[in-house]
Amino acid sequence: MKPAPFAYTKARTLKEAVTLLAKHKDDARLLAGGQSLIATLNMRLSAPELLIDINGIKGLDGIAKKGKFVEIGALARHAQVERSDVISRHAPLIALAMPHIGHPAIRNRGTFGGSIAFADPAAELPACLLALGGEIEVAGPKGKRKVKADAFFKGLFETALRPQEMVTAVRVPAADKNTRVGFAELARRHGDYAIVGLAATARAAGKGIADVRLAFFGVGATPVRTKKAETALATGNIDAAVNALDLEPHDDVQATAKVKKHLAGVLLRRVAKQLLEARP
Amino acid sequence: MSDHALDISLTVNGERVQERVDARRTLVDFLREDLSLTGSHVGCEHGVCGACTVRVNGEIVRGCLMLAVQCDGAKVETIEGLSDSGEVADLQAAFEQRNALQCGYCTPGMLATAQDLLKRTKNVPSREEIREHISGNYCRCTGYHAIVDAVESVAQARAKGG
Repeated sequence: MKPAPFAYTKARTLKEAVTLLAKHKDDARLLAGGQSLIATLNMRLSAPELLIDINGIKGLDGIAKKGKFVEIGALARHAQVERSDVISRHAPLIALAMPHIGHPAIRNRGTFGGSIAFADPAAELPACLLALGGEIEVAGPKGKRKVKADAFFKGLFETALRPQEMVTAVRVPAADKNTRVGFAELARRHGDYAIVGLAATARAAGKGIADVRLAFFGVGATPVRTKKAETALATGNIDAAVNALDLEPHDDVQATAKVKKHLAGVLLRRVAKQLLEARP
Repeated sequence: MSDHALDISLTVNGERVQERVDARRTLVDFLREDLSLTGSHVGCEHGVCGACTVRVNGEIVRGCLMLAVQCDGAKVETIEGLSDSGEVADLQAAFEQRNALQCGYCTPGMLATAQDLLKRTKNVPSREEIREHISGNYCRCTGYHAIVDAVESVAQARAKGG
């Protein structure tokens, strides 16, 4: 199908984008990578009156280590993040997740901030952010504020973003020698949205691990942490962690709830091994 | 055309193009309908099938997930351009020799994606890497084996300087 008619304008600065958003409110949508937005426009699942193209705003695509954090600009493309030395060195969980996001042609356009703001419950990056305990920087008419990942993903495609706000950057803790990460997902075709996926972090503690954070995706309205399983896995007992999984997925077009629950256990076993085995 | 038309100026296959386009016109529709470059195909129109794959500023993109107005100032290359320049001539020959196409609907996108991989990798990519790179391009005829064979053989030939 073809999109319903809309007007199009380019925002050249952050201020211009936010001002336009405040003026047009729900009638406008921000156009970043467009890899989800334009698909929904083509299918007429969405019919905004105005698209505000933010691709020309300078300074929003940086990737840098800043002290104890890695900062990724909202307009950094997936392909850019995938090839970034800063990411492979200091944000290994994100490096593991990148190849699973769409396909090369999608990753050339799709943006990090767009994926976070869209908050698809089966997408990789929201779950990574949740597992990493990252934070999202958003800009609105009154300036910038930060939101913790734990408070950002509120419901199905629903985030803590207010109607006139946009994501400007994401910050995650930089990995150190005690950081452990794990990632796995099951999809019908490489690059498709996951049937179930899992992003995880932990810290090496003595011979075991501590501070386990397990963020599943594709199993609910948002990425979901499973705190009972996290506690169980911190004892090193993988069977206990799998038994403690208290996910409540719904049936969807890809799989039944029962299958998803089973697959979540399979993924947990795979990811637990990654967390428990020290990186070479 | 609706009230939301904009003037764009871009390069398509090396030729300067100036057109007035509707804001909602996707890149692939612009190429096909306005420029009569019908080599890029329209399949699913939501980024799943890869039939509309073209190059914008040297990177492969989904022609259905970019708007023509976003290509103002850009350098766009379609299968017509890749074919005329001879850049994918060896891939085209290998696809033909190995029956890597039947209906041919996916072929322009498949060639652009395969060429992207071969341009990007210094060594001969593994069959697994080839499969992964073309995972976003559906082919409903071949079962992919012949396509992977064709891409692999070209990668090997190019590595030998052939």
